[in-house]
Amino acid sequence: MAEVNLKQVRKSFGDTEVIKGVDIDIDDGEFVVFVGPSGCGKSTLLRMIAGLEDITSGTLEIDGRVVNDVQPKDRGIAMVFQTYAIFPHMSVRENVGFGLTIAGVSRDEKDRKVMEAAKILQMEHLLDRRPSQLSGGQRQRVAIGRAIVRDPSVFLFDEPLSNLDAALRMDMRMEIAKLHKQLDATMVYVTHDQVEAMTLADKIVVLRDGIVQQIGAPMDLYHKPANLFVAGFIGSPSMNFMDVAVRQASAESVTVEAPALDPVTLPVASGEFAGGGGAKLGIRPQHLSVVEGNTGGALHGRVVLVERLGTETVVNVDLARGGNIVAALAEDRPLSVGANVALSFDPAQAHLFADA
Amino acid sequence: MALVAPENTGVRLGVRYAVLLLVAVVFVFPLVFMVISSLKPDHQLLSDTSSLRAFLPVGDISLNNYVAAFERAPIGRFVMNSVLVTVVTVTCSVILCSIAAFSFVYMNWRGRDLLLSVVLATLIIPFETIAIPLLLLVSRLPWMGLEGVTIGWLNTYRVQIIPWIVDALTVFLFVQYFKDLPKELIEAARAEGASWWQIYRRVVMPLSGPVLATAAILKSLKMYNEQYLWPLIVVQDEAHRPIMVGLGYFFQLDVAWGELMAYLSVISVPILAFYLILQRAFIASIASTGVKG
Repeated sequence: MAEVNLKQVRKSFGDTEVIKGVDIDIDDGEFVVFVGPSGCGKSTLLRMIAGLEDITSGTLEIDGRVVNDVQPKDRGIAMVFQTYAIFPHMSVRENVGFGLTIAGVSRDEKDRKVMEAAKILQMEHLLDRRPSQLSGGQRQRVAIGRAIVRDPSVFLFDEPLSNLDAALRMDMRMEIAKLHKQLDATMVYVTHDQVEAMTLADKIVVLRDGIVQQIGAPMDLYHKPANLFVAGFIGSPSMNFMDVAVRQASAESVTVEAPALDPVTLPVASGEFAGGGGAKLGIRPQHLSVVEGNTGGALHGRVVLVERLGTETVVNVDLARGGNIVAALAEDRPLSVGANVALSFDPAQAHLFADA
Repeated sequence: MALVAPENTGVRLGVRYAVLLLVAVVFVFPLVFMVISSLKPDHQLLSDTSSLRAFLPVGDISLNNYVAAFERAPIGRFVMNSVLVTVVTVTCSVILCSIAAFSFVYMNWRGRDLLLSVVLATLIIPFETIAIPLLLLVSRLPWMGLEGVTIGWLNTYRVQIIPWIVDALTVFLFVQYFKDLPKELIEAARAEGASWWQIYRRVVMPLSGPVLATAAILKSLKMYNEQYLWPLIVVQDEAHRPIMVGLGYFFQLDVAWGELMAYLSVISVPILAFYLILQRAFIASIASTGVKG
C-alpha cells in the first residue's frame, strides 16, 4: 500500500510536450482512474509512474520517496497491460511466478504465492497451460495474477479490458472491483471507457491534451463538471450543449435564452455571467422529459431517431427553431420517427458554462 | 483436412510434380556427378563427361580416389579445422550479434541510431577491400596465451574466428526480428523487476528461435563453404588450414580430378548432414525472412 504524488510533472518527446504540468495526489488504498480521449496523455502518465517513461520535469513520489530516477523494478509497482503481455513461451505458472523467480524467491515460497494468486483469480486449473491455450479473459487473469503475486505497493492498469468483448469486460470489471476491496491496494487505472471509470473509481482524473481538467469522485464529476470538456466527456449519451444569451444575472440566478429556447432562469451564481453576453447551456439527456399533450414545455421539435435500449429510450430531436437535442427517457415511450414532441427540463439540473 | 484442393488433382498435379522433379534433378545432378566421378579413374572420368555415363556408376568403379585423396591431403584435419572454426564463430556470432541488436532495439543511449546506421553501412563494403589492412592488423596484434604474450595472430584458429564473429547482416537480422517482438513483453519484464540481461536471456532469446536458426544457418554456410581468401593469406601451416584452402592440394601441375571429386564428396558430408538436420528450420527461415544464402 502506498501514496502516489505527482507534482508539476511534465513529459516531452523532442519538442512536443505531451504532459503539461500535472498535479495529482493518490491516497493509500485509493482506486484512481485516469480517463480521457485518445492522445490525452493518460497512458504516458501511467507509464511515467511505472518508470517505463522518463519524467522530463517535476516530481513523482511513491510512499513519500522521490522515484524519478528509480528503475521500474525498484518502485514497488506492478503493471497490467492492455495486450496482457504474458510470455508465450512460459506456462501460466511460470508467468505468474516470473517476478518472484527474478527476485530469487525460493521455490516453495513461489509455489505458495502463485497458488494463492490463482485461488483469488479462480484459475488453479489453468496453471499448467500455455498462453496460447487460454481465452482473452483467462489471459487477462494471468496478467493480473502476475501483478498480485508480487504484493506490490501500487497496481497500474493500462486499459486492461479494452481487448475483451462487452460481456467479458463487465465480468472482469467486477472482478477488478472485488480485487481492490480484497487487497485494499492503491490502484491506478487508465481507460477511455467512462463506464469503467465511473463504476471502478474512488477518484477520477479527467485529462485532455496532457492537462488535468478535473479530479473528483465519479458523481461529483457527473453532477458538477468543472468545464465544458468534462461535462461533455462524462455521461452517456453526452450532455447536450446549446449556445444561449445571458439576459439577466443576479447573485443567485441567471436567466438565459436562445432561438430554440424560451427564457429560462437557472439557479446558478452570476459570477462570470454578470456582464451578460454568450454562454453554453448544458442539459443531460437523462434530465429531459416529454411534456404530455404536445403543448407547453421549453423545447419543441420533431423526432428523427429513436433507440430503444430496454432500460431507456434515446430520442434524437430536431428542434423547430434550429438545433438538435438528445433525450434519454426512462420509460419506453410510444414515440416514433417524425412525431412532434415537446421536451422540458428542471433548470436546477442544467449547467451553464462561460463561452470558451 | 485435405491438403490438395480438388482442382489440383489429376493432370494439374502431375504437371506440378513433373516440374518439381525436373528442378530437383537440375539441382541434384552436380552432386551425383561429383560422387560418381569420385569413384572413377581420371581417364574414364574425362571420357565419360561427353555422355550420360558421367552420371552413372559404370566402368572401372573403386574407392581408389578416396584412398589417394586421404594420402595426398590431411582431409580429416581440414574438415575438423573448418568444423571447429564454423561452430565457434557461429556460436559467438549469434550471442554477440543478438546482444548488440538487443541494445540497438530496446535500450536508449546516446548515438544509438547513428551507430546502427554505421554498422549497417558496412554491409556494402566487400571483404576484399579490407583484407590487406586486416592482415596487417592481425599480424601485429598481441595475444595472451598459456606461453605468455605473443605478437601476431597468423597461423592460428583465432585469426580465422574473431574477425568473423560480428557482422552487419547478422546484427540486422536480429534487429529486424526484435523490432517485431511486442514491446509490452519487454516492458512487462522490466516492471516485474528483470534486469536487461534477464530480459535478454529469459524473455527475448526464448522467443527468438526463428531468427536464431536463420542467423546460424546463413553464418554456418558462409563459414564452412566460402572461407577461402582470408585463410589463404593468414594461415600458412597445415595444422590450421580449412577445407577450402585444402583444395589447392589437388590443383598441382596436373589436376587429379578423381581425387578432387573424392575430396569434395568427403568435405560435403558435414554441411549436408547439418542441412538435413535443420532442413525444416532452413526452409522456414528463408520463407520468413526472404534472405537467402
